[in-house]
Amino acid sequence: MTAADIHRTILAVWRIEQPRLITSLSRMLRDVPLAEDLTQEALLAAVEHWPATGVPEKPGAWLMATAKRRALDQLRRRRMLERKHEIMARDMEQDQQAMPDWDAALDDDIGDELLRLIFTACHPLLSREARAALALRMICGLTTEEIARAFLLPDATIAQRIVRAKRTLSESGLAYETPRRGELSERLSSVLEVVYLIFNEGYTAARGEHWLRPQLCHEALRIGRVLTSIAPHEPEAHGLLALMELNASRTAARTDASGEPILMLEQDRALWDQRQIRRGLQALGRARELEGAGGFYALQAAIIACHARASTAAETDWQHISGLYAELAALVRSPIIELNRAVAVGMAEGPEAALVIVDGLAHEPALKTYHLLGSVRGDLLHRLGRHAEARAAFEAAAALAGNRREQDLLRRRAAAAADAAVPS
Amino acid sequence: MRFMYIVTPAHPVPPTTELMEAVHKLADREIKAGHMLDSGALMPRTLGAQVRITDGRLSVIDGPFVEAKEVIGGYAIFELRDKEEAVAKAVEFMQVHRDHMPGWEGTCEVRAFAGP
Repeated sequence: MTAADIHRTILAVWRIEQPRLITSLSRMLRDVPLAEDLTQEALLAAVEHWPATGVPEKPGAWLMATAKRRALDQLRRRRMLERKHEIMARDMEQDQQAMPDWDAALDDDIGDELLRLIFTACHPLLSREARAALALRMICGLTTEEIARAFLLPDATIAQRIVRAKRTLSESGLAYETPRRGELSERLSSVLEVVYLIFNEGYTAARGEHWLRPQLCHEALRIGRVLTSIAPHEPEAHGLLALMELNASRTAARTDASGEPILMLEQDRALWDQRQIRRGLQALGRARELEGAGGFYALQAAIIACHARASTAAETDWQHISGLYAELAALVRSPIIELNRAVAVGMAEGPEAALVIVDGLAHEPALKTYHLLGSVRGDLLHRLGRHAEARAAFEAAAALAGNRREQDLLRRRAAAAADAAVPS
Repeated sequence: MRFMYIVTPAHPVPPTTELMEAVHKLADREIKAGHMLDSGALMPRTLGAQVRITDGRLSVIDGPFVEAKEVIGGYAIFELRDKEEAVAKAVEFMQVHRDHMPGWEGTCEVRAFAGP
């Protein structure tokens, strides 16, 4: 075994023990940020000692004992040692004599503790980026370096982000909250948006980038599964899981041999992961059973489900999709949703009806620099035989396009429209 | 990465209640943690069947399908980061067997799913 192999094994073992470690320590110290510090110290200790001694037979117990020792040091070192800390320290010292009863942890319901962790990491007081870093750290056990690689940021930036987030939590008296069942639904939205942020960061990663980037999709899916497991009555948790599973199911079909993206309607559907689609549809079903069909994530999942159910692009139920977009638009006022609705209407009812919607978006400030507006408009005009106008739309869109490939595509469409516009 | 675990006991001895409880707790934890996608306990091999091809010939070896209450061995499918994590989880799972049913012997095979 090379040193690198050993290191990977140590990290894997630590990742397995990390959830129990952090939840037990949080509960013992009534302080989530401090518990997080200690799990990191336990990791450092493992990395330092295990290459020489080998991985212990009960790694969890070893890590817990190490973390407890550090916790004792911390509690003693604090200047203002309150009464409760003294009692805690004394209890822990007595505990130290006996080996920690690790198996007892199997009896505990990890559900509540996980929920507490998730809600702490995703507290609305923190910025979305801080929540994402903290969630990946505390729930998924990613190291600082791994999170940095995943988000294409320097290690120091992520390290600082985490330190500041923990400090914010401590200073706001949020070091150990007990989430009340009544608040679950409100607090859930700040969790779900972070999970979706993580998923999308991984989803938009281009092939050839660091493998930890697409790995973010797996971590987001994992947190999604945890949420549906410990908050099974929340329809939007199931909705988000459905959305992520259904989107992830197209991973193998999304890029061609040279790593270039392939549009959904042009993908080889034989490469779509049917098992993942089934899981996604099951999750969507559960959201519906819980009366959550009209939720933000459930609606988006339902739209993707329409695509997933069609064995070919031609069989897509565009009527259903445009109806779902209409529901989504009623829920969230967004020009981008309206634009997507226009595309669906264009397929379901024809370009005339769609153009009305698109023209209504002409002056939307949010879409001023969005090349897809011109691209969609150009396509609709082309289908209506208004080729000169189509050309103008495509050329304007090409000027706004984000990358070379998209620019080329739009320029070619502009050229084709120009040819079609020439009177015969 | 997805992995399948296939657990085969060395002797056809049913698990003790204590072991089953410990294994269920572990499974419950792994489902809640979002790692386990599927699992199943399997009936003994002697109660199943095998369809084999040797020398170009296909043959069916059928076990007696007797109603049996004991469940021995099983499989699980996990979504994990890498092979190291998969092995570490298998070690933890087998450790539970040692702790809760000393004398138990068997194998937990760890197989990665092919494909992306």
